[in-house]
Amino acid sequence: MTDHAATSDHAADIDKHVRIYITVFVALMVLTIITVLIARVHLPIHLAVTVAMLVAGIKGTLVACYFMHLISERKLIYAVLALTVVFFVALLTLPVLTHHDGYWIH
Amino acid sequence: MDIPYTVELRRDTGLNNGKIGIWLFLASEVMLFGALFASYILIRTGSPSWPRGDSILNVPLATLNTIVLISSSVTMVMAWASLMRNRFGTFRLYMGATVLLGGVFLVVKYFEYSHKFHDGLFPSTNNFLAIYFTLTGLHMLHVMGGMAVNAYFWGPGAKLWKTNPTWFTNRVENSGLFWHFVDLVWIFLFPTLYLL
Repeated sequence: MTDHAATSDHAADIDKHVRIYITVFVALMVLTIITVLIARVHLPIHLAVTVAMLVAGIKGTLVACYFMHLISERKLIYAVLALTVVFFVALLTLPVLTHHDGYWIH
Repeated sequence: MDIPYTVELRRDTGLNNGKIGIWLFLASEVMLFGALFASYILIRTGSPSWPRGDSILNVPLATLNTIVLISSSVTMVMAWASLMRNRFGTFRLYMGATVLLGGVFLVVKYFEYSHKFHDGLFPSTNNFLAIYFTLTGLHMLHVMGGMAVNAYFWGPGAKLWKTNPTWFTNRVENSGLFWHFVDLVWIFLFPTLYLL
């Protein structure tokens, strides 16, 4: 009886996950359309980059949190990813700094 | 000899070894693509002029490929959910669809590339095309790698389901993590190269 209850709990849990996956899929499709439509407006480049990366960031977060289950992952995985984010940001910041005279790099 | 911690969780990490292994690999992949994104920023910001992606590249085809890859991520996660629900037949359908959608992505990319080559546009033509072919080429190799692993689990690798279903489910989850990462990279590549 207990085993049966545990199994049906597990099945209900997976059913809930599947509903979330479908919702995320719809959200990703809508955001893809938004990305393409915004690009048609031809915003000034700085604004266009900001908006495009913001929408891509939201899409990426949805994929990572729900499809990759990062929303409920173990601490060690978060630690590994936090370290990765630090180095990734440093990697992207370095070339930007080279273009600011009088800053860190000339 | 059995491989330890394929199913049971390690006490120190609270994870099986496969899970921590794939995340460490993905962390290294972030740095690989990060280096190329940094190169893109460096080349673009250092250039006196830069073409808008949509003036050279085919946005409708790339949008189609975005939809295809996102759909394949959903079928991948549904394949894993099917195993969690003990439905092997449904897993086969979803995993087959994932491999097939990966194939569609490659076919569309083939048309995009061949059209560029036909127009005399090569990686050596200019900096924009150099970084475009490098980033999308590396991404395409990842799609091929992911497809090969997924096809293995759809076909011969599925034998493990009969002897050790938990281990098989873990393996599918890990190959799924790689596949979602490939989708994630494309989500950033698409606006960066095609729309800005």
